Amino acid sequence: MNGLRRRLSASLPPVAFGLVGLALWESVLRLTDPRGFVLPPPSEIVAAFVENWSQIWTGTRLTGYVIVTGLAAGVVLGVIGALLVTRFRSANETITPVATAVNAIPIVALAPVFNAWFGLISPRSNQAVVIILVFFPVFINVTKGLTQVQPSQIELMRSYAAKERTITREVRIPNAMPFFFNSLKIVSSLSVIAAIVAEYFGGRQDSLGPMIIQSAGLTRYDDAWAAVFASAMIGIALYALAALAERLVMPWHASVREATT
Amino acid sequence: MTECAVRAEGITKIFNQGRPNEVCALTDVDLAIEPGEFVSLIGPSGCGKSTLLRVIASLTEPTEGQISVYGKTAEQARLDRDYGMAFQHSGLFDWRSVSRNIELPLELMGWSKDKRQKRAGEMLELVKLGQFANHHPAELSGGMRQRVAIARALSFNPSLLLMDEPFGALDEMTREHMQTELLRIWSETGTTVVFVTHSIPESVYLSTRVVVMSARPGRISTEIPVDLGGRNADTRESPGFFAKITEVREALRAVEGAE
Ligand SMILES: Nc1ncnc2c1ncn2[C@@H]1O[C@H](COP(=O)(O)OP(=O)(O)OP(=O)(O)O)[C@@H](O)[C@H]1O
Ligand SMILES: [Mg+2]
Repeated sequence: MNGLRRRLSASLPPVAFGLVGLALWESVLRLTDPRGFVLPPPSEIVAAFVENWSQIWTGTRLTGYVIVTGLAAGVVLGVIGALLVTRFRSANETITPVATAVNAIPIVALAPVFNAWFGLISPRSNQAVVIILVFFPVFINVTKGLTQVQPSQIELMRSYAAKERTITREVRIPNAMPFFFNSLKIVSSLSVIAAIVAEYFGGRQDSLGPMIIQSAGLTRYDDAWAAVFASAMIGIALYALAALAERLVMPWHASVREATT
Repeated sequence: MTECAVRAEGITKIFNQGRPNEVCALTDVDLAIEPGEFVSLIGPSGCGKSTLLRVIASLTEPTEGQISVYGKTAEQARLDRDYGMAFQHSGLFDWRSVSRNIELPLELMGWSKDKRQKRAGEMLELVKLGQFANHHPAELSGGMRQRVAIARALSFNPSLLLMDEPFGALDEMTREHMQTELLRIWSETGTTVVFVTHSIPESVYLSTRVVVMSARPGRISTEIPVDLGGRNADTRESPGFFAKITEVREALRAVEGAE
């Protein structure tokens, strides 16, 4: 009860701030730009959202599918890469330079190329963009977490005659957990950006990216904003899931404890 | 002749040999420790105390020289889990509760869950942290964490206890209490202890022998046997205690003066 009250009072300032912000947005635009060319007021975005609900829902499902599958595959590959790199020196010497080089390419710029490979209306090319973009932050962060272990903790394990596999399980992986969840929070938003931008160049025409482009092209800015709003909701939902998972998996961690007490 | 607990012969340790940052941490160290002894290593910072401890524990290979532990190679002793280790920084695992930190070595040794938990409980009573079994290390003070680390080192009755400034982070009262506890455990278990410290009174109070080391090059300069009999509350006030402190202090002065 007490905890609930504390949480409510903690969320009061941001909620109040948000409401005031929306009110300002609405009133300023009504005064300066009554036709909503530059930026439609929130009320019109909400109206457009409701009016186009079935289209937006279809788009959200299609884009959400690209995001979630690309995110999952990118995260899994990033974690596997990090485990390989910390376990085998030869893997480190091959994977790390390649990953670094690939990361230096502006991946989103490759979206048209991927479209040529996978077909213009296939979601595969967009998934590929998301996977590659997600891979790197996960790979780098988890590798850091697996290797930056207190030397005395490794020595302690060695004094127990623990094998390298046991050290990985008992020390390296738990040590990498905060790094992993950090990267998960980063890529949960990154994957949305990647998918939307990739969709500007191809993929299913009824997903959110094309919807934004087409509405903007027809100067239907309220519809475009409604689609942007839907994609933002996907990003927020994914971020919240990552934060929730962090809380459940690492109740011992300081960042989690301070947030709850 | 009985078998030594630790026999080090001609130990030399050079880090980064042949490179510009070469450091000679230990030079020609000979040390023999009988089973059941309590030996303190004391000396100026950087004289190689921790390095010697790590060489004995087979955590790093000596550049030259031989180590045997209860007649075995140091590595074999490590694989046989003869060592209990405690460091200045507790080295507890944040993701394990206090109790499960103590259980970790027992887990690796294949103890059953019941036996592990029972032993962890006993060890926590010993270091007076009985109520904290289910806390996480981040919720404890530095001194409490240190006590957990010591309980962990003792949990599996290792035949050789290697401790590197384990009480360095404790306040004076806790420190004295831990010293008394450590001596009690030592006399009850008959384990051999090698103990690194910077505190002269601590080395005298605890040890049967104080080994004074000198820096650059790191080597053993003097060994001072301490024969104060059974320690009790009065030991710290006794003339014999102060006389030994003076003796160790002078040996250390000679070492530091020589630099
Ligand atoms: N892993 C290492 N690589 C290179 N040099 C090292 C390493 N470990 C220790 N040394 C060097 O060896 C020397 C002895 O270090 P050691 O840690 O054994 O000293 P110490 O007596 O324990 O000092 P302190 O009392 O400050 O803990 C130092 O000069 C140190 O710089
Ligand atoms: Mg040291």
